[in-house]
Amino acid sequence: MITVKNYVKPGTLEEAYELNQKRANRIIGGMMWIRMGRGNVNTVIDLSGLGLDQITETETEFRIGCMSTLRQLETHSGLKETFGDFFKECTRHIVGVQFRNGATVGGSIFGRYGFSDILTAFLVLDTKVKLYKKGIVPLSEFIRMDRDRDILEELIVAKDGRKAVYLSERRSQTDFPVLTCAASEKDGTVLLSIGARPMKADVTETTIDEMEQAADTFTYGSNMRGSGEYRKHLGRVLAGRAKKALEEGNV
Amino acid sequence: MEVQFELNGKPVHTEIEAGAVLLDVLRDLGCYSVKCGCETTNCGLCTVWVDGTPRLSCSILAAGISGRKITTLEGLQEEAARFGAYLAAEGAEQCGYCSPGFIMNVLAMERELCVSGHCPDAEEIREYLAGNLCRCTGYAGQLRAVEKYLRESRG
Repeated sequence: MITVKNYVKPGTLEEAYELNQKRANRIIGGMMWIRMGRGNVNTVIDLSGLGLDQITETETEFRIGCMSTLRQLETHSGLKETFGDFFKECTRHIVGVQFRNGATVGGSIFGRYGFSDILTAFLVLDTKVKLYKKGIVPLSEFIRMDRDRDILEELIVAKDGRKAVYLSERRSQTDFPVLTCAASEKDGTVLLSIGARPMKADVTETTIDEMEQAADTFTYGSNMRGSGEYRKHLGRVLAGRAKKALEEGNV
Repeated sequence: MEVQFELNGKPVHTEIEAGAVLLDVLRDLGCYSVKCGCETTNCGLCTVWVDGTPRLSCSILAAGISGRKITTLEGLQEEAARFGAYLAAEGAEQCGYCSPGFIMNVLAMERELCVSGHCPDAEEIREYLAGNLCRCTGYAGQLRAVEKYLRESRG
């Protein structure tokens, strides 16, 4: 458990940012994983007073506020219309409905967790993160940046006609994934992302014909859910299934 | 610090620690249906509704719920008894420890999915309730009870 001295719900992003500069303070997101951490927090910063919990859609993009929940991603009609079952598939296996009603998109992305279905998925879309101080950065760049004390305001996802598919392998329903895999195709270029290796997801550019070979280029490691060798095998299998889905337009 | 919210339709003002989770605050207020079953944020036993949405009360800071409407099983006695009868009729209850969280999520599912004449099928029900763990029933009886309850109460 964590211990908490003060609770603040800032009225402006600037106030939240200032508070977050102190190492002893912490943004809580949905508080799902943070609860299971250890340590003392001086002030928890609750971003729920900033109106960042909406998914808005324009002609060209979706803007997903950092405090939107995983359940919002799962059930948003605009996202479904544009990306089919992609968002339902990358969320529905995560713990349970009650958990997904609390867990936030911003927390999932900012945490850059090794087990993240969400990070794996967003990496194959044209996704940018909007950071309060650093501005707009492509997600693929964000995952390589050092962790700092900026605030992730929202994700910006382009509606660029891309077709995307999401797959994961789990030892049992609602468990953490053994491996996650997302792929998208646009104008002959495929983005393939593999996560839970068990390191955080990464993305590579390839073609439909070379997806399985591209899966081999990722690094796979071992943990209690599976060996590196097994994950490498799964990577090929999931990439193969993703390829089939993209080829058949079953996305 | 002080927090004010609505609990089962009644206004509540109470003094809490800044780091208190909703689960503990609700138990201190006498809602003993709300229990912590796993310590790892996944068993669903602590399910309550926040403004009508099912959430895990073990992972909500009580300080953040000012002005919200919280519903626990204590506030849904009649409905819970009605569904409980279906659970009992199917022999779906053994120790009963997980029932409060399970019932809260079944009733939330009914409100969310049973709209405009839709009745969820077994697969949808299983998926909605996957976040409620039970270690003694094997789930089959629970599923029968839920299906029967929805069919008979929703037509």
